[in-house]
Amino acid sequence: MIEVKNLHKGFDGEKILKGIDFVFETGKTNLIIGQSGSGKSVLLKSMLGLFIPDEGTIEYDGKSYSDFTDEEKRELRKEIGMVFQGGALFDSMTVEENVMFPLRMFTKSRKRDLKARVAEVLKRVNLEGSENKLPSEISGGMQKRVSIARAIVNKPKYLFCDEPNSGLDPKTATVIDNLIQDITKEYDITTVIITHDMNSVLEIGENIAFLKDGVLAWKGDKSQIFQTEDKTVTDFVYSSNLFKKVRDAQLKGH
Amino acid sequence: MSYLHSIGEYFIMIKGVFGRMTKRSVLKELIFKEIDELIIGSLGIVAFISFFIGGVVAIQTALNLNNPLIPKTLIAFAARQSIILEFAPTFISIIMAGKVGSFITSSIGSMRVTEQIDALEVMGINSLNYLIFPKIIAMATYPFVIAIAMFLGIMGAFAAAVLGGFVGADTFITGLQDDFISFHLAYAFIKTFLFAMILATIPAYHGYYMKGGSLEVGKASTTSFVWTSVVLIITNYIITQLLLS
Repeated sequence: MIEVKNLHKGFDGEKILKGIDFVFETGKTNLIIGQSGSGKSVLLKSMLGLFIPDEGTIEYDGKSYSDFTDEEKRELRKEIGMVFQGGALFDSMTVEENVMFPLRMFTKSRKRDLKARVAEVLKRVNLEGSENKLPSEISGGMQKRVSIARAIVNKPKYLFCDEPNSGLDPKTATVIDNLIQDITKEYDITTVIITHDMNSVLEIGENIAFLKDGVLAWKGDKSQIFQTEDKTVTDFVYSSNLFKKVRDAQLKGH
Repeated sequence: MSYLHSIGEYFIMIKGVFGRMTKRSVLKELIFKEIDELIIGSLGIVAFISFFIGGVVAIQTALNLNNPLIPKTLIAFAARQSIILEFAPTFISIIMAGKVGSFITSSIGSMRVTEQIDALEVMGINSLNYLIFPKIIAMATYPFVIAIAMFLGIMGAFAAAVLGGFVGADTFITGLQDDFISFHLAYAFIKTFLFAMILATIPAYHGYYMKGGSLEVGKASTTSFVWTSVVLIITNYIITQLLLS
């Protein structure tokens, strides 16, 4: 579980996060949604320790990140898996080498054992047979799956995903969403996902934080978000024509 | 102010490079990879340029020796001195700023743009050490490249002078040995080592701290070449003043 308490963060005098309080629950897919510039990435990077908060705390399983020693911070990072928006795969490495990378850096296992673990994880993300391909030789959806495999290969306790299905077609995006949700349940980890995609919200939104102008404007789950009357939320949710038409049809009783 | 900021940032980067070290076995592999890419991969162009520049120096010297009182041994002497003191260490380093420097800036810059550096940081890896330290160690072998450049430059001068009929082989070899000061070699290799550190770190700085997208990677490579060349020339002047004046 990750708990964010009264988090404030600004840059050059401009406040980006203005007192965020939220609990990211273990075993659930926790979504951070909101428009561009609402502070989602700053919140994520603050949680990852890449930004130091101006005020407030971030607690990992009850312990404040600011109280961690340098050694503890390093240990914590080994328990974090991250799926970047563009995949962030190492271009010069094959799929297998990319997935093996965290294991090589942080474990002393023999190469045979590392290969076995990589094969197991690649099978989990349905990428058997792609071990020797370079990232440039596989599709965007496959790159995302490699990125997920790399993020979970070290059995993390926390999984962070920055717009994991951006740039993917709707079908592949759903596959990625479902894969992340399945992994969250299977490994019983705390998963935090940044997204603007309302399809993702509908698919896997078990615990949602809606940010607007650096403030937590709404929280709930996927069933509640389509029922809320909160205008800030409805403006965002129904900014998509598809969702707007579905709602209009529902209102007309079709 | 922005120059001061950049200089400060550069030295903070250097401190970070020698901070928390990457796992030794991984580092060893990275160093060999960098030696292959930065050093071995440059030998062809260095050999080509050195040989022909040596030849041109010999021809230019020979064509300007009109006074019969000046001995023909001067052709080899002038070629040796100019190749050892300047052409091999400085001229080749400027070429390397374009070849190796641009490669370092663009490869690290691309990693910045595609969030690969963020990925390293999130994993708890000291990205400065992981990316730049192996390049510095690989470039520490750069004096070997310059030694080869010196040898081939003199061979080029020999070929041009002797085969071009400007001087006999014996006279050339005599000139090559005239007034040889071994400290000149030491001077050349001291500055080569400093150039190697500049060639590894300034392009790395421009790649690591670049902002923007793929267009900016190209701009950063150009800026990196300009600044690496400027710093090489200034360092060359200072070292020459300190060691030879």
